[in-house]
Formats: sequence, C-alpha cells, structure tokens
Amino acid sequence: MTVQALSTERQVWVYTQMLRVREFEESVKRTFTESPGVIRGHTHLADGAEASIVGSLTLFRPGDAALATYRCHGYPLVLGSDPKAMMAEIYGRVDGLCKGLGGSMHLTDVKRGFLGTSGIVGAGIPHAAGAAWAAQIRKRGEVVFCFFGDGASKQGAFHETLNIASLWKLPVIFVMENNGYNVVTLTAQEDANAAAGEPLSVKAKAYAMPGVTVDGGDPLAVHAVVGEAIERARAGNGPTLVESKVYRLSAHGNIIAPPGVPLHYPEHEAIAVFGNREEYEAALRGDPLPRFRGTLINSGALSAARADELKNKAAAEMREAVAFALKSPYPKLESALENVCA
Amino acid sequence: MAQLPFIAAVDEGIHQEMRRDPNVLYFGQNLATTENHPFVAAYGTDRVRVTPISETAEIGIAIGAAMAGLRPVVELYMAEFMLVAMDQVVNEAPRFRYMSGGQVKVPLVLKAGFGFTAGWAGQHTGSLTALFMGVPGLKVVVPSTPADAKGLMATAIRDDNPVVFLHHYMLTLEHGEVPDGEHLVPFGKAEIRRPGGDVTIVATGWMVHRALAAANKLAGEGIQAEVIDPRTVAPLDLAAILKSVAKTGHLVLVDQAPRHASVSGIIAGEVAEQGFGSLKAPIVQVTARDATVPYSEPLEAFVIPDEERIIAGVRKALQGRR
Repeated sequence: MTVQALSTERQVWVYTQMLRVREFEESVKRTFTESPGVIRGHTHLADGAEASIVGSLTLFRPGDAALATYRCHGYPLVLGSDPKAMMAEIYGRVDGLCKGLGGSMHLTDVKRGFLGTSGIVGAGIPHAAGAAWAAQIRKRGEVVFCFFGDGASKQGAFHETLNIASLWKLPVIFVMENNGYNVVTLTAQEDANAAAGEPLSVKAKAYAMPGVTVDGGDPLAVHAVVGEAIERARAGNGPTLVESKVYRLSAHGNIIAPPGVPLHYPEHEAIAVFGNREEYEAALRGDPLPRFRGTLINSGALSAARADELKNKAAAEMREAVAFALKSPYPKLESALENVCA
Repeated sequence: MAQLPFIAAVDEGIHQEMRRDPNVLYFGQNLATTENHPFVAAYGTDRVRVTPISETAEIGIAIGAAMAGLRPVVELYMAEFMLVAMDQVVNEAPRFRYMSGGQVKVPLVLKAGFGFTAGWAGQHTGSLTALFMGVPGLKVVVPSTPADAKGLMATAIRDDNPVVFLHHYMLTLEHGEVPDGEHLVPFGKAEIRRPGGDVTIVATGWMVHRALAAANKLAGEGIQAEVIDPRTVAPLDLAAILKSVAKTGHLVLVDQAPRHASVSGIIAGEVAEQGFGSLKAPIVQVTARDATVPYSEPLEAFVIPDEERIIAGVRKALQGRR
C-alpha cells in the first residue's frame, strides 16, 4: 500500500498550517511577557511538532475524530478551529472555544472533530478507542486519530487500549509523538525499549499491530506513514502505532508557581537540567519549519518571497487572535455552574 | 407485574433500553463469550462485547464511545474494580462536558455490585458509594428493590451523564414485583418505604431492608419509624428527608460504609445545617465500625450495621430529646 503523494498545492497548505501552529504557539509564549497574568496554570506548546501534527492530519475527513493531550493547541488549528476562540480559551474568556471552562489543556472543538483532550497522561488513549468503536459500528469508513506522547506509553491505559483496539480491529491511529523527554526525564531513563536502543514503535509487536517509526520533522514522511495507517483503519484492518520522532523546542511547560509569581517559559530541559546545549542547538538547526521551507523552495513549490508572505500572514492572524482574546470579557460568574450536568 | 429476582430486574432494565435505542452498548469481562449469551443473541457483537481484564480501558472506551454519541453500559461486577480505574471514573468521565463548555455529553452507566458481606473478606465487600457522590457531574444510583433496579437502570441509560449504578450484592436473589413493559424511576426522588411519625430512618441498598426489619420490631413497642430510601444519592432528595424530619424530629442514618466514608455523614451535615430547627435530639448515625471487613462470619456481622444496632440507634435518638 502506498499513499498518494501530496500535490504541490497541498504541500503549501501543509507549510501554511505549520506556520500557523508555530505563530500561535509563539503568541502564547509572548503573552507571558507582554501580558503577564493573562495566562494562568500550565500551558504546553507544540513548537517543534508542527510537521508531525500537520502531516498526520492531511487525510483527516469530515466524520473522522481526533483526541489529544494537554499539549493540544496544534490539532484544532489545523482542523479549522478559530484561533481567536482558541486564544480566548487560553486567556479564560467568554469567547473561548470552551467558554473559559477548560483552558489551554482542554481545547475541544466537536464541530471540527476535535473531540476531547485529557490532561492526565495516557488517560485519553482509551477515549479514542471508544470513539473508534462508534465509528466501527457506523460503518462509514471513519477513523479516529489518537495523539499522545512517549511518556504515555508507560501508562497502563496505553497497553490496555492497544490490546483491545487490536483485538477488536478498531479504526484508530495511535500517533505517539516521541519528543525524547517525559517532562524532565530522558526517554532512555524510563523506557526499557529506549534503554535497549529500540524504537518505541516495537511496543506494537506485543499487541499484534504494525508499529512504524517516522521522522516527525518531515511532514511528507509523516503523511505517508500515517496515511498508510489511515487506509488500513478505513479498510477495517485495525489500528497502527506510529512513533513520530519530534523535538519539542520549548520546555515542557511554563514554570509552575503560585499566584503572584510571574509565569514564563524556562530554558529547555536539555540545557536547564542536562547542560546539553549542543543537543538543543542541533534541534534548532533541524527545526522542521525552515527545513520544510527549504524543501518547498528547492522543489520549486514555493518562492522565498511567497514563503515570507505566508509567515507574515500567519503572524498577523495570530496577532489578531491575541488582540481579540485580550478584549474578550471574562465569563459571567453563574456560568461556572452551567454544564456540570447535561 | 412479574415476580423477579433483583439481578434479573437489572437485566430487564438494560434489555428495555437496548431494544428501544440502537446506540446502547453493553460490555465487560466474562460476558458475551458465546452467541447464546442472551444479550449477544438479541443485539449482536457490534453492541455487546467481552473485554479483557482492563478496567481503565473498559471505562475509558465507554467515555470515548459516549462522546461519539453512543450509550455504553459497562459491566464491572464489583465496585472495587472501579478503584483500578478511578481516574476514568472520577477525573475523566464527569469532566468532559464541563471542560468542553458543554460541547460533549458523556452518557454512560458503570454497573457494579457492592457490599458483598458473604465471606468475601477485605477487598470485595466495600460500600464505596460516598467516594462517588461528591463528584460534580457524576450521578450515583443505589436501588434497594427489583422494581427500582429495573427502573433506575433504564433511567441511568437514558441520562445524558455518567452514572454509577451500584446494586447491592446481598439483594441479588431477592424477589419482588417488577412492572412489565417500559418502566422508569426518576433520579433524585426518595421513596418512603414505611411511613411513621416518631423517628426518621434513612438507608440505602441492603440497609433499607435491615432498617425496615428494625422498624417493624420497634412498632411492637409503639414506636413508628418512617423509613426513607433516597434511591439515588447524587442527585440526593434532601427535601424528602427534611420534610420527614420536620414531622418526626428525630433522625437515624444507617449506612454500611465506615462513618467517615459514608453517605450518612453527608446527610447528617446537611440536616444539621438545614433542618436543625426540626431536630428534637442529636442525629444518630449507625454505620460500619472502622475496620476492613473481616472474613470470619461473626466478626463480619459485628462490623456492619444490623437490626439490633439500628434499634439501639433509634432508642438513642429518642432518648436524646432536648
């Protein structure tokens, strides 16, 4: 099975979406310094994973669903959510995607198939399988995308769910974004496969499903690998585990601090914890955005001027989102008691 | 009306809803392993499935299926097995509607037996009801009769929220009249099992029957106890309890759980705050003693509330008149 390559036009769309995700995350990060106190709690950015996120969603169709984790800003943006509503949610405002009730970790946009995000590591994996059971019963060829990190693959929920999903041949694609760190713990410090020098996709073997490792910095490679998993799932042949190797370019999240302490993004753990500046600088050199820009310019799909234009457009879109969200009022107090029960 | 054992009435409630709504699923461990299984025979393996021993995935899958528009019923057998997957029960299922700003519904039923004080020792006998009742977004159902078991199960399946359906294992084979055809029992509506004007006794599950037995003995002494069965503890029909206390002035709360993990403690707090003016004496709680449920029969009986302790509780409540 080979997946049809993306058209030039579609490749430019991919790059555009990658830029939008990057600019959105940069805007979130800038908010900590430009508007201190506006973002509360804990945010987790997807910068570095853009190629993986967009490459995974190139073949998403209406009726499909995606579920993810607390690091959830990228997916809805690609699926068509309004960045204004997303930013307003992250700022806790009434115009937020979830009316300010969920925040950064729980972006949800059901109309666009972005069904839910759990803030508990690994806990959302069975939810995706449940949605895939619904798709299986409905027999319309719909599939479910399940995004999680390498850390989640040490949770019981991961193992229990992969077993059932394979046993029942559920139409689900498990996309594990392996960013090399579980918060500040290196993967090889907590994962037997990693410690043995094996890719994490070997975990699929235990559950009789295909396991593939892909360069998550290359959206076209991700498109091909996830695309094959999608075809398999749509055809009723069950799930696939895709290990997408990415490098998170920001720290795990903003600093954790009580109210009154200004929040900010610390240095990446490679430097802050392990003193490994080289690793981080190499990751910056491999940044998927300039990398894919180079690919598109080399192939003639895009001129440098057009690429700059797309970047500026994405930046302007996200500046507008910030301005909108800052002006959006806080929700009415009574709304805290709505939506407790259906 | 048919005479049915409690456990068959629960099944009737599930059948009733599976027949009328193709979105209802039923799954769990050790069921549906052959085509002859009554639920498989009736609804097929798209909707009825056996699972491995994977409570986290079972409940998590139910949540995802519910968010995608289905109405799963998970057979968990014993309430303790939910402890293995407590994150899914407490911190996943009831959170998504809220965190999504009302975009999703999570209609599912977690069916589990509890309180099996029949020599099952420390890990399969708990009364964990209170663990679930304070979680916003989670509903908790504790039927005490076969008719309610059917009607509350059907209502649980139709409810658009996650529901913990706790059936008492000591009632499994208790027979009772069960309405034929469609039968629904509303949530949040207590039932007066026995009217009386001298003292109010509130109990759930198996303890309702012990409370009724105690009330009948007390009647022989001229003490008329009103026995109230809340039937669902979330939502809780506090108004019915307050109304009864306004009439009797005395309240005895019976609960099979240890005192500080009991529903009775929560009801006591509410009545102390909202019904203090009606009380002629302190509230009395008759709960399990603070111990893991022991295996040995006399010790087991010593730990959980029985008729004698309920009668003693009523006497204490009546003596404490102020």
